[in-house]
Amino acid sequence: MIDSTKDNNVISLENVTKKYANESVLRDINFNVQSGECIVLVGHNGAGKTSLMKLMLGLTKPTTGKIEVLGQDPAFSAATAQNLALGYLPESVAFYEAMTGIEVLTFYAQLKGLGKFECEKLLNLVGLSDASNRRVGTYSKGMRQRLGLAQAMLGNPQLLFLDEPTTGLDPILRQHFYELIDDLQKDGATSIISSHSLHEVEARASRFVILKNGVIVAMGSLEQLYQQARLPVQLKISVAEGQASHIADCLGSGVNIMHVNSKSFHLSCVTGEKMPLIRHISNLGDEVQDIQIMPPRLDELYTFFMNGANT
Amino acid sequence: MKMIWVLALKELRDGLRNRWIGAAIILLGTLAFALSLLGSAPGGSVRASDLDIMVISLSSLSVYLIPLIALMLSFDALVGEFERGTMMLLLTYPVARWQVITGKFLGHVLILFIAIFGGYGGAVFIMILLGGSLDGWQAYLAMMMSSLLLGSVFIALGYCLSVLVKERATAVGSAIGLWLVFVVLYDLVLFGALLLDESQKMSQQLFATLMLISPTDSYRILNLSLFEGVSDAAGIAGIASEAGMSSLLLTGVMLLWVIIPLAVTLFLFQRREI
Repeated sequence: MIDSTKDNNVISLENVTKKYANESVLRDINFNVQSGECIVLVGHNGAGKTSLMKLMLGLTKPTTGKIEVLGQDPAFSAATAQNLALGYLPESVAFYEAMTGIEVLTFYAQLKGLGKFECEKLLNLVGLSDASNRRVGTYSKGMRQRLGLAQAMLGNPQLLFLDEPTTGLDPILRQHFYELIDDLQKDGATSIISSHSLHEVEARASRFVILKNGVIVAMGSLEQLYQQARLPVQLKISVAEGQASHIADCLGSGVNIMHVNSKSFHLSCVTGEKMPLIRHISNLGDEVQDIQIMPPRLDELYTFFMNGANT
Repeated sequence: MKMIWVLALKELRDGLRNRWIGAAIILLGTLAFALSLLGSAPGGSVRASDLDIMVISLSSLSVYLIPLIALMLSFDALVGEFERGTMMLLLTYPVARWQVITGKFLGHVLILFIAIFGGYGGAVFIMILLGGSLDGWQAYLAMMMSSLLLGSVFIALGYCLSVLVKERATAVGSAIGLWLVFVVLYDLVLFGALLLDESQKMSQQLFATLMLISPTDSYRILNLSLFEGVSDAAGIAGIASEAGMSSLLLTGVMLLWVIIPLAVTLFLFQRREI
């Protein structure tokens, strides 16, 4: 327990670069994942989320740099023992279409040394018991995805990789899906989830890794990201009827004023200027009835990093 | 070993599920049975047992059919899984890549085993029920086993092709090409050269070697020369041993044709990024 931070690293990537035919899809990736974390990889299509997962899964080798997963180099078949502790749900998962749901799951279970009992339990958990004897070829997108999750959950993995797990699922399924993942998380599993949107995973992510064109543009918890971005805060000032433009004029030319109507207006300012401005406004007298502070929304945060405004 | 077995059984079940095995048994069985009905016609006036005659006719048929069946089984084995995306998921399980290849190979050889022994063996079984004699069963058994070996050669070659190509469609085309070259063209060119070579520049030794290195010719020679009854009936008695082709050598050549393509497949598969 002396060097607990190092020991807890489930995944570590050092200066990892991946090139396909001289075109780099990932550049200088550095990060560590600690046991029990839920890391969300965010980025647009082709930002390198899937490539990064494949590297961590050992399906591809980094062109340069070093990767360790559960204390071993995941590359290729060099290390298969650690795969026992690993679950993966690929983006648009593909199965052997001619096999039934239970056959598919049993096949994968056998590769992890598990029996049929486990499979039936998992199929029940993801709500596929009734369809277990149907050919996977007849499954809907949602059913495939659930079978995919069941497959990834085989043998209570310590480490879960979920590549855009909820695309194509309806909101109820999506909810159910995340409940299942939460249960695994409670048992101490570490998960890496990739996603298009911050919204869906906002509550359960311990950290975000934002990728853009193969480079990590930002990394950290939601609070850290907000601090990093220094996005303007919006204030909504409600005033007595007809006083809006008058009050707005009192604030001088330094502030950015928007949406003026008869009884309210918005203004935006950077985090540092917020408190002086609020004091100034509250000193303006009884006409000012209310001040609402609106922090930047998740979308704005995402757009901010995606547009590369931080450089 | 358990992993390999799990993977092999999956292939076997696939073969049963899509009725592939059933179809192959019926095809091979019907052909063998039809040939047995032809009786001693190919043997002419020479006295030979029914089974010896069947070995001659079946082995010259198998040399075309078995490679085709084997290639149909194997061309899709890797490229199909790459294309559908099932290989990606499979490799995140605790299986090494060599186990994937070995498991598939074992499964496909098992399928072929069932097809050949069910088809060819079944035909003989019916023949005996109808009052045929069992004379020369050793040659017939050796024919079935060497057919399995020939099939294994083309399963291995099919994998090689399957790991090399980028798309399934290419794999189908190349499989047909491979079949043509190994089964038809090679012999055609060889015999053509022999016919044109009037001044006999090509030594007998060279010709024998060229025959030997082809897995299909090795199979043919092996079946026609291994048992005396068969080689007498085929009218080539003593030719193979004169050319220095022992059954051990012929089998060895065919085994090499299994091992080398498998090794190449594994080498390419290990380096492949999924």
